[in-house]
Amino acid sequence: MTNSWNDIKNADVVLIMGGNAAEAHPCGFKWVTEAKSTHGAKLIVVDPRFTRSAAVADMYAPLRPGTDIAFLMGVINYLLVNDKIHRDYVKAFTNATYLVREGFKFEDGLFTGYDPARRDYTDRSQWEYQFDDQGMARVDETMTSPNCVMSLLKAHAARYTPEMVERITGTPKDKFLKVCEMLATTANGERSMTCLYALGWTQHTVGAQNIRCMAMIQLLLGNMGVPGGGVNALRGHANVQGITDIGLLSTSTPGYLVLPNERETTLADYLKTRAFKPIRPNQTSFWQNYNKFFVSQQKAFFGAAATAENDFAFDYLPKFGTPFDTMKIIDAMAAGQMNGLICQGLNILLAGPDKQKTQRGLAKLKFLVVADPIETETARFFENHGEFHNVDPKTIQTEVIQLPVSVYVEEDGSFTNSSRVITWHWKAADGPGESRSDIDIMTGIYRRLKAKYAKDGGAFPDPVMNLTWNYSNPASPAADEVLKEINGYVLQDVTDPADPSRVLLRAGQQLPSFAMMTADGKTAGGCWIYTGCYTDGGNMTKRRDASDPTGLGVHGNWGFSWPANRRVLYNRASADADGKPWSERKKYVFWNGTRWTGADVPDYGPTVAPNRAAGPFIMNPEGAGRLYVRGAMREGPFPEHYEPMDAYIANPLHPKVSSSPVARIFAADKDSFGKPDKFPIVATTYRLTEHFHYWTKAVHGNAVMQPELFVEVGERLAKAKGVKNGDWVEISSQRGAIKAKAVVTKRLRPIKVDGKDCDVVGLPIHYGFVGLTKKGYPTNVITPSVGDASVNTPEYKAFLVDVKKTSAPATATV
Amino acid sequence: MATLQSLDIRRRSASTEAPPQIRKGGVEVAKLIDVSKCIGCKACQTACLTWNDLREPVGVTDGVYDNPRDLTPTSWTVMKFAEVETGPDLEWLIRKDGCMHCDDPGCLKACPAPGAIVQYTNGIVDFVSENCIGCGYCVKGCPFNVPRISKLDRKAYKCTLCSDRVAVGQAPACAKACPTQAIYFGSKEDMKVHAEGRIADLKSRGYKNAGLYDPPGVGGTHVMYVLHHADKPMLYSGLPENPRISPLVGVWKGVMKPLSLAAIAFAGAFGFLHYITKGPNEVAESDERKAAELTGGRGA
Amino acid sequence: MSEGPQGVSRYTTGARINHWITAISLVLLALSGLALFHPSLFFLTHLFGGGQATRAIHPWIGVVLAVSFLGMFIRFAALNMWNKDDTVWMKNLGKVINNQDEGLPELGKYNAGQKLVFWGQSILIVLLFASGIVLWDVYFEDMTSVDQKRLAAVAHALCAIGAILIWIVHVYAAIWVKGTLRAMTRGTVSGGWAWKHHRKWLREETRKS
Repeated sequence: MTNSWNDIKNADVVLIMGGNAAEAHPCGFKWVTEAKSTHGAKLIVVDPRFTRSAAVADMYAPLRPGTDIAFLMGVINYLLVNDKIHRDYVKAFTNATYLVREGFKFEDGLFTGYDPARRDYTDRSQWEYQFDDQGMARVDETMTSPNCVMSLLKAHAARYTPEMVERITGTPKDKFLKVCEMLATTANGERSMTCLYALGWTQHTVGAQNIRCMAMIQLLLGNMGVPGGGVNALRGHANVQGITDIGLLSTSTPGYLVLPNERETTLADYLKTRAFKPIRPNQTSFWQNYNKFFVSQQKAFFGAAATAENDFAFDYLPKFGTPFDTMKIIDAMAAGQMNGLICQGLNILLAGPDKQKTQRGLAKLKFLVVADPIETETARFFENHGEFHNVDPKTIQTEVIQLPVSVYVEEDGSFTNSSRVITWHWKAADGPGESRSDIDIMTGIYRRLKAKYAKDGGAFPDPVMNLTWNYSNPASPAADEVLKEINGYVLQDVTDPADPSRVLLRAGQQLPSFAMMTADGKTAGGCWIYTGCYTDGGNMTKRRDASDPTGLGVHGNWGFSWPANRRVLYNRASADADGKPWSERKKYVFWNGTRWTGADVPDYGPTVAPNRAAGPFIMNPEGAGRLYVRGAMREGPFPEHYEPMDAYIANPLHPKVSSSPVARIFAADKDSFGKPDKFPIVATTYRLTEHFHYWTKAVHGNAVMQPELFVEVGERLAKAKGVKNGDWVEISSQRGAIKAKAVVTKRLRPIKVDGKDCDVVGLPIHYGFVGLTKKGYPTNVITPSVGDASVNTPEYKAFLVDVKKTSAPATATV
Repeated sequence: MATLQSLDIRRRSASTEAPPQIRKGGVEVAKLIDVSKCIGCKACQTACLTWNDLREPVGVTDGVYDNPRDLTPTSWTVMKFAEVETGPDLEWLIRKDGCMHCDDPGCLKACPAPGAIVQYTNGIVDFVSENCIGCGYCVKGCPFNVPRISKLDRKAYKCTLCSDRVAVGQAPACAKACPTQAIYFGSKEDMKVHAEGRIADLKSRGYKNAGLYDPPGVGGTHVMYVLHHADKPMLYSGLPENPRISPLVGVWKGVMKPLSLAAIAFAGAFGFLHYITKGPNEVAESDERKAAELTGGRGA
Repeated sequence: MSEGPQGVSRYTTGARINHWITAISLVLLALSGLALFHPSLFFLTHLFGGGQATRAIHPWIGVVLAVSFLGMFIRFAALNMWNKDDTVWMKNLGKVINNQDEGLPELGKYNAGQKLVFWGQSILIVLLFASGIVLWDVYFEDMTSVDQKRLAAVAHALCAIGAILIWIVHVYAAIWVKGTLRAMTRGTVSGGWAWKHHRKWLREETRKS
């Protein structure tokens, strides 16, 4: 989230799209009800299904799954055509004025530089800005040049007329326009709009572009960095934000630093492409400090073994060629390229996009370790569960080892929530039986590996042997100690460069801020964005002061919000170019004549005067919010509607390039996509408020609340198929078929797409063959195995199926 | 909340004993369920199971989101989902069903077991299981179809409004668990004031008939709803429009009781008076003789 | 042989057992039913082992009564058919109550009052049984609606009061009319009793012998 949960209460308009906050995030949704009841905020829900969020909304508009970009580009077109943008904000704080190279084109669904053989834009040079001889991007303050970003955007968006939006998305034109009007009421500094999204936007071949499209709308409306604004990703797990922050992504190290790739053989090479220099005068370009964060991290990892002479142990890090994310791991397993898999806190059999492929992969392993607090389908993949999981155990030789793990209430630790707030949790009880904490399990593996290296040697023992391991009990590091290490500490005294006699930091002290990190190895810090969470003042994540002095939902002494305890990112944009609040209502962070002040920790140099004209988006080399991202995203500088891989219609905008030209398709999956002649119904998957992924079916109360898999079918389709409430229905796709009970509902509204009556069915994902709920088919039997081009998220949210009435599944044999 | 705590009993089923009266100024409590804020997440249902230590069996899906389908002896509250088309747009009206804690409780009126149902001075109507005899009269007395008799122990169960929590100054478990503050708890007066604000907000959003559900037919309730369509409570999965204790139950538990006993007493008294005024109807000697004559002297 | 030295035989052993099973059932039903009907009589549940036990036993006693009464009905229905003597007797009810015999017709085995008791109880027991089934939640809870149950509860109570009133009349008549009780205890009545109250019956019995 760019903003915080509490900040949602400041919004005047709340748009829930690509998510279902009321159901998937009911506790956070309280701030939406707060906004509605305290100052009459309006709630808009755009979703293929009339959800429980829609049930409490002021405005609901349906759309076909996988057409969000068409809808959002339509909004952009509406805002531009009707001049409903926050012009001063756009001009001062975005790259709308920037000039792009003359060679940049978009034709027939493709941007300049596409190589069909490699399914990629191999030449992105024409996507660049025009630079002057100082290396600064050229701008046109009048925003009239045909090559300025604003003009290019207008041209790009012009195709998304309300009629075209209706034709692609199925959203009735009047409803679409009503939504546009409501959003447009915030194109001023007086009112703000927040957008809440989740996996409904990410789980598409164009997922990252869905979100980017919304970010552009928020820039045009002037809603970034203001209270009640922002683009807010509502994360699923209690700590999934923490997981990504701390680097559990296949190509990241903690704090969103990037794992070096195989072409980056030296530290200098690596830093060259990371530490961005400003491309506009006077910009902060905060990533210039990348080397400080990286070196401090290396010092935290490897301590004394990381020296200036050895590039701070740069060689210790693995260098990736292919990113080994979940989808790639499944692909490699299925191809027989892996011997073993450690599945810790992951039910990969159900969580992966193609169950059959995952099953084949698991069956080819020599060993599988499952570390989980509950029984998972993954740990039971070799068992036959009748129709629900029909495998022959005799043919599976994989050795499966289950390690019982304690749950969070059985251990001390921290959670990082969606709004980046880290809060401590205390152990409430011992774990049952032989369960151990995840830390202890990983420690056990590490210590055995290290002992083996010590005894037997090996090709490259250094990273393992030199890993920092300064815990009071090396066999069981305390969570508190780990957090201290993550925060960072001072290894050698750091002195003031201007006055070397003045010691700024003393060796041994905890780092108070990432701004104090150095690139010379004097400081260590495991995750720079977390620095400040555990200072000499103690563990800040334990703070529980609920006070909110300004009433704006800024609870500065509650836990610790990264970065720097800041609650709203880019908050300098809540004031105009001169540093004055856009309005008294939305007064948040402003220039008081000598420094930036206000409700929150300024996301800006605290004494950088407005007249320096440094932009509020300090992480970007432009300093500006980007309506146009040059080569930063694989699909191109502007979002464009592409059909899902299971395409319901030929893309009316460019039928020859109907689906994403750069989506990530594994060779093994290229024939796995369905066509509407055989599979004429659009399907989407989702989560129910009663369950959490595949976990809570093991919990009695949750199992009672939603006991069995179902499929939601609109009344029109149900009538056509002769299906009544509670009937068994078979849902088949190009990948497979499942059975589910029918929930016949008015909530799947009949829509018309490209002249056709389009029916949508919805499937919750939570069920499987282990747990207290009724046995059910895993829905990933029928979902497509294809990834988003930029971030590899599978397309769970939009695919094609057929539906027919069927009989109940035979009773399971186990 | 201290003033909400008194568990003095105002009424007790099948009892004529006068309730304790020395405490004055006790506050009547109410739970206010704001249907317009409810997202149907069932956190209240789960909290109810947890706090009251209930083990509802895992059921099946039969085509709706309502699970369990209805109140049971182990589910004292359930969410009821109604898809309604009142205008051009669909509405999904989600109502938390459960005991309304009537001020004039039909269950208590119908209950024949002394002290099996009590009403505290704060308005909570509570079932005291150890006194319950399982006759099911409360089911017949209730205008909202709430009490359920367990097949296991033949005792009646329903929402207690967490009288145990309220007694120590806590809000009911459902109110505590509700993430959107769709469930408010406090004094009935405060809840009415709060409801006014909510109703004004709903009216500003075009719900002309928004209002408070506090049905006078049962003397008002200690569980109230804010409804967008207060004129049509039936839209909310059959919330009764004008609930009152069934007239049949009124007769049964009203005039019939004294009249019946009076009739029995009268019959007894009549016999007694008849006997002492008219004397017994005895067989005379002459009758015996005549009988003997008829039967040929073989009579007694 | 219907008349011996002990008197005129009126009820067989089987009929007497049948009657007393019915009678005891009815009394127990009245006690347990009244216990659940009126709070001031709830103390009667102690006779049955408490409230729950009373609630559980009552319907089973009802089943016993229904079966037992069915036997009575089969035995005596034919003898309780209404005839013109009954109408005359009813017209002279005032005299009957005032212990005046003159002008009353000679009667068969039962007088009109007894017949009314018989038919009254027959009808009420059918109604009580039917409404009792509706109220017997342990087995039949799901077969009727709450509204039907409410109606059944009122009907059951009304019928029960009616049956109790008839029972009072029946018992009082047995007390008031001396010599009656032995018909049901020893099975016989005195010749004089038969002559006085059921002369036609006595003549028939005599003729048969």
